[in-house]
Amino acid sequence: MTAPLIELQHLTFTYPGAPRPVFEDFNFQLFPGKHLGLVGPNGIGKTTLLHLIMGLLRPQAGRIVIFGKEVKTPRDFVEVRRQVGLLFQNPDDQLFCPTVLEDVAFGPLNLGKSRQEAVAIARETMAQLGLEGFEERVTYKLSGGEKKLVALATVLAMQPRLLLLDEPTTGLDEATKHRLIHLLQGLKISYMIVSHETDFLNHTVTECCHVHMHCCRPDTMPLGGKKHEAL
Amino acid sequence: MSLSEPFAEGDSLIHRLDPRGRILVAALFAVLVAAAATYATAIGGLALAAFCLALARLPLKKVLTRLLVVNGFIFFLWAVLPFTHPGETLWRLGPLAASREGLLLTGLITLKSNAIILALMALVATMPVITLGQALQQLRLPGKLCHLLLFTYRYLHVFELEYQRLVQAMKIRGFQPKTNLHTYRSYAYLAAMLLVRSYDRAERVFQAMLCRGFQGKFYTLRTFIWSRRDVWFLAAALPVLAGLFCLELFPLRLL
Repeated sequence: MTAPLIELQHLTFTYPGAPRPVFEDFNFQLFPGKHLGLVGPNGIGKTTLLHLIMGLLRPQAGRIVIFGKEVKTPRDFVEVRRQVGLLFQNPDDQLFCPTVLEDVAFGPLNLGKSRQEAVAIARETMAQLGLEGFEERVTYKLSGGEKKLVALATVLAMQPRLLLLDEPTTGLDEATKHRLIHLLQGLKISYMIVSHETDFLNHTVTECCHVHMHCCRPDTMPLGGKKHEAL
Repeated sequence: MSLSEPFAEGDSLIHRLDPRGRILVAALFAVLVAAAATYATAIGGLALAAFCLALARLPLKKVLTRLLVVNGFIFFLWAVLPFTHPGETLWRLGPLAASREGLLLTGLITLKSNAIILALMALVATMPVITLGQALQQLRLPGKLCHLLLFTYRYLHVFELEYQRLVQAMKIRGFQPKTNLHTYRSYAYLAAMLLVRSYDRAERVFQAMLCRGFQGKFYTLRTFIWSRRDVWFLAAALPVLAGLFCLELFPLRLL
């Protein structure tokens, strides 16, 4: 059996001042090649789970093992973030550069790519998402759906080994949603998607998990076999 | 949209110049005029600024509105400075005496500030704030300052939208501002909410940057290219500025 990409062991996390923990003795594993959907009611901790994996939130107890290595210190997470891409729920949180091209190239530049390489990667990623011609557009003047796509481009441009998507479909029209489904189906990497859209998950993930306080249990909803179906 | 940049769009000679050259000339001009102590330099500066403004072909009405705002502040100088500056008394208003020196000084300040504002409008306001930030970066200004400028501008926009959302949320539930405690309390909530949301937003933006490998270094992809036109612009502007400086050193007796 291959080693899991992500392993969370006996994790406990409580938001400061909150009466109840979000996770208590929480255990979770994600194996390579998996395409996992995370579902559950609002406020159950789906986003929190993604932020714990990225080290944006620190658990009070438990172990986080990513790519076979335990991550504890902020320095450990720097390495994690170079290989795991997280798409935020709100694209306004993610886009901060003046122009689209600069924003998409920001990640590759941080990874140490040269200017030419970063621009080439940025253009390629934008083309994948149908964002040609957006290079010089000003990020905050885009529409909601366009922002979402550009935010996704900024994450994909880092060429991550693992992708975490937090409600990627909000604000996208049907055509764009289909393009996103197509793109995800073509990806060679593992990913986890938080979404409330059953139809979208049906087309993009092989398994759905319900997030609970102690674990993340496979959903009973039959999803298997539907993946990679033509739209 | 209150954050519009009405002067940034245009196709005048000034608009087509390289932003770096424009910033350089505007900065030199501002320093020269601000330090000037003679009317000759101030009037010369004003004439130069007006000339640039004419070249930039900006909408006159908007220019005047902006000038009015600036001169609103200068009005207070007129109300105070002539009466407090020591010197030869020109006329009296009850117990107050206006001095000749005070009036001259206030007039000088008025001319100088208007000259600088006009020059900035013509040379700097004619580029989008984003271009300004990128150009300053190319001019080797400290990166942190440039990004402070760009971030401030970027998030002013987001906060403005957030403010509008909150105001809309109040309106659709029938809120009408009146002179009562309910109104004051609601406005206090609005202000507090905006503050808290801004703080949260800043936190999330920083997290998103960390997720993309941010380690304290910024990059800009924008490159500017000097053209022949820019060389001509600098070649013309620098001697004129030098002339302005000479005017200051060897003042003509105007007054």
